[in-house]
Amino acid sequence: MPCDDPSSLWSSLSAGCLAQCVLHGAEASVTLADLSHGSSLGGRLEELRGRSVLVVTRHQLTAALALVELDGIAGRLVLCPPNLPIEHLAFVVATAAVDALVTDQAAAAVEPLDIGRLVTCNPRITGAEPERSARHRTEWVLLTSGTTGQPKLVAHTLSSLTAAIRDGGTPPRSSVWSTFYDIRRYGGLQIFLRALLGGGSLVLSSAEESTADFLDRAGTHGVTHISGTPSHWRRALMSPAARRISPRYVRLSGEIADQAILDHLRLVYSEARIAHAFASTEAGVAFAVDDGFAGFPASLLHRPGVEVQMKVGAGSLRIRSAGNAIRYLGCPAELLADADGFVDTGDLVDLRGDRYYFIGRRGGVINVGGLKVHPEEVEAVINRHPRVWISRVRSRKSPITGALVVADVVLKTAPEPAHGRVGLEHEILRLCREALAPHKVPTAIDFVPTLAVAASGKMARANA
Amino acid sequence: MSVRTDVVSLFEQVAAQQKKKLAPLLDELVLLDSGLDSLCLAIIVARLEDTLGVDPFTAAQDADFPVTLGEFIRFYDDAVR
Repeated sequence: MPCDDPSSLWSSLSAGCLAQCVLHGAEASVTLADLSHGSSLGGRLEELRGRSVLVVTRHQLTAALALVELDGIAGRLVLCPPNLPIEHLAFVVATAAVDALVTDQAAAAVEPLDIGRLVTCNPRITGAEPERSARHRTEWVLLTSGTTGQPKLVAHTLSSLTAAIRDGGTPPRSSVWSTFYDIRRYGGLQIFLRALLGGGSLVLSSAEESTADFLDRAGTHGVTHISGTPSHWRRALMSPAARRISPRYVRLSGEIADQAILDHLRLVYSEARIAHAFASTEAGVAFAVDDGFAGFPASLLHRPGVEVQMKVGAGSLRIRSAGNAIRYLGCPAELLADADGFVDTGDLVDLRGDRYYFIGRRGGVINVGGLKVHPEEVEAVINRHPRVWISRVRSRKSPITGALVVADVVLKTAPEPAHGRVGLEHEILRLCREALAPHKVPTAIDFVPTLAVAASGKMARANA
Repeated sequence: MSVRTDVVSLFEQVAAQQKKKLAPLLDELVLLDSGLDSLCLAIIVARLEDTLGVDPFTAAQDADFPVTLGEFIRFYDDAVR
């Protein structure tokens, strides 16, 4: 939205921040101060003023530079997470009325999108000092998974994205942040903004790098603050390079942090403050707890006068704060918050003593290593098999990825001898592998005689 | 069957199902260099829980996570004892 005097990410960075902040990608490092006299976008900022800009990059570093340069310039910034299928990308382009593309890839790779204006971004800062005056309150659009498999587009502003950072105090300037997350997802974007606005540096991960190489690189840069999902951390603790970092602060989010992973992290990083945070793309950051125990104190709820209001309704955690997203793009009928302004996270909690514990997600949504799986999407694929009558996809707990997907299947005809079932299981799984991302493919299929139906007439779902 | 046999056959089975190229299964093989990703390891751990009835990853709170295949086998050996 155009406005007279908006502050932008660039204008929020003080000269001191710029001089100290280095973005370390796997392939290159860039000092933000270099952007004072050049651009990663070849100085083509004016072409992108007011436009709806889709950022599709192979490397996180180039995405990071584009975000720093384009907040306040672009009308809308749409952050494309890695590995988004091209058919979903076309949906995103239409829904967000994208009319410009920023990429670090060859033009041919993005040609199918058919967006007229293409600007290349690369980590070499070139050209003269660009005109950086902000004239737009840029809408930041993040993608999250929807029930049909197509992404949901969630709109934020820089102000909503940084609400938790403003409230949380500023870490010392010598901080070197890192995250296993991709910064084009909410959890990673929070760390990116925390690093920049706190005047720290940031070590970005890379999908093309092993866990050990990433930890090595993070250790070399002297990482002090590092975040990831419990699954990221379990993987890190199984790496011989786990002790190459010696952070002061370890943060977990994106999945339920159980007591086992908190205890293991304490064992390995005995000097670090270990905090597990709760946040979602729609609701923003709710809290970070660092008392070493799973769950969170019930006293965090119903506190008058605090920035983040939390309550439990119909079993799930609800959050009202300046960190809430603004709206969904493309689905005007779907309200993000209730009449009182609370966003239902869909995360179910259970009160035990004076503490709440996360027990799963409403609607049976399964969280596999931080990636959401909607059962309906998987069931639709299984039900395509001509011998399947009905199926139910549910969660199985995993100490490695938090959860795994399993399926109960009712066949149209009577059960067969064991060897026939094995063949059928292979056929169903092949269908799933052809149509679904690997984390959505059931890891086991149980053939069952019937499935329970709830009083509502819908299939009964245990909460994942 | 010994724990070792169960573990090795599951590594091979899951690698084949998930179309992953498995490194030679030596005791000193670093698990994260085995060619299997976290999803594969999660499937192996789930199937081991079904066959052996133990999940040492959840149970053991004072032991380091296994890094090599040899440590992984010992992790389960200790748990079933």
